[in-house]
Amino acid sequence: MIDGTDVLETVNLGKRYRRTWGLQDCSLTIPKGRVAALVGPNGAGKSTLLRMAAGLDHPSVGTLRVLGESPNSGNGNLKTRVGYLDQERPIYKSFRVAEMLRFGENNNPNWNMRVAEEHLAQLEIPLRSRINNLSGGQQAQVALTLCLAKEPELLLLDEPAAALDPVAREDLLRILMRQVADCESSVVLSTHALGDVAAICDYVIVLAHSRVVLSNDTEYVLESHRILSAVHDGNLLPPPGVSIINNQSSARGQSILVRVELPIDDAQWHVERPSLEEIVLAYLRSGSPGARDRRSPDDDGSGE
Amino acid sequence: MTQKPPTIAYRLDPRSGVAPYRQLVEQVRRALVSGLLREGDQLPSVRDVVTQITINPNTVHRAYRELEYLGIAEGRAGLGTFITAHPSAALRSSERGSIEKELKDRIVEARDSGMSEEQISELIALAYRQNGDVRK
Repeated sequence: MIDGTDVLETVNLGKRYRRTWGLQDCSLTIPKGRVAALVGPNGAGKSTLLRMAAGLDHPSVGTLRVLGESPNSGNGNLKTRVGYLDQERPIYKSFRVAEMLRFGENNNPNWNMRVAEEHLAQLEIPLRSRINNLSGGQQAQVALTLCLAKEPELLLLDEPAAALDPVAREDLLRILMRQVADCESSVVLSTHALGDVAAICDYVIVLAHSRVVLSNDTEYVLESHRILSAVHDGNLLPPPGVSIINNQSSARGQSILVRVELPIDDAQWHVERPSLEEIVLAYLRSGSPGARDRRSPDDDGSGE
Repeated sequence: MTQKPPTIAYRLDPRSGVAPYRQLVEQVRRALVSGLLREGDQLPSVRDVVTQITINPNTVHRAYRELEYLGIAEGRAGLGTFITAHPSAALRSSERGSIEKELKDRIVEARDSGMSEEQISELIALAYRQNGDVRK
């Protein structure tokens, strides 16, 4: 669509490093206003995708649109609309927190100092502390605060809560969610913590072997997957209209995680609802492209 | 106005197969049945919920929209979301009483015939799932 209802749109996007592909055949759309999780094993292409979206890497093949624009067109405007944060936090260790804030203010036209100070007060991080003397968790929170104070329309976060203790991680995610509530920012974040995905993300993208194997609303993903189990010593055929994502069968029974189109009405199978974590794990294990499609295929969403 | 404690404190179970917004809707329903929430009560604002628990604000919006659709709550512009009276939203107490009695009788019957508590719960869960899985 032309009005930019998608914050990220890729078509057959690929990134080739010398011999290997960092990302391949990546076609996806992330609608505006979502908190989207990018999940996959290390090396699946999550960081590659985020870096390209942030304009830090150039695609080898395919097309990429961020907030309706190409990040590689040398368009400086996009830089202020997108906030990117990775593990190498752009904070100067010898600076005080207040100095980092002033540095941010001088370098960003849309800087919101009130938001930054509010977040830091909430986290009980004193403005006069030197970055050096803060814990790893606090440094991550300062880095995120700096990113949020730009009030970007889209936040690209590469494992924002990795290596944080549970309380620090929860604080960080809450601040992020408050920003989403206040500024209606869209978020794309990569993570290994599947519990976080279920709590805060409403869109999920699973990458495996450099490809997209699942990309949809979490609500739809939950509603369209079931675990079917049966006590049966042969090979009971699954009900019609389901696709098997993962099969875990024992000598006397079968247990399959399936994608369903219609409610299952088959007395031979016991039907349960899997958690989002179970579904994502099933896709990661199978690694096969299964539910790549979206609920309603866009009628030619290109909009030149 | 000073800060009042929220009328309801939501919980979110990320390991549940039930969509987060449905979990909130269920919690409001249960709070209505138990009397924790009453007609006219204001539900916590989206921002308050996001400050209390780690949750996507869109999920709270979605839950409140669903509660409005179900006739359990109504949004008042500029004020917030409030519980409305609706007899079908919460079970009427007489109805609830008779169902409770019926269930109790059956459970006693099952126990007397030698079933364990676990077997009985399993049976109830199974019956519930078989009839409850098809929605809308």
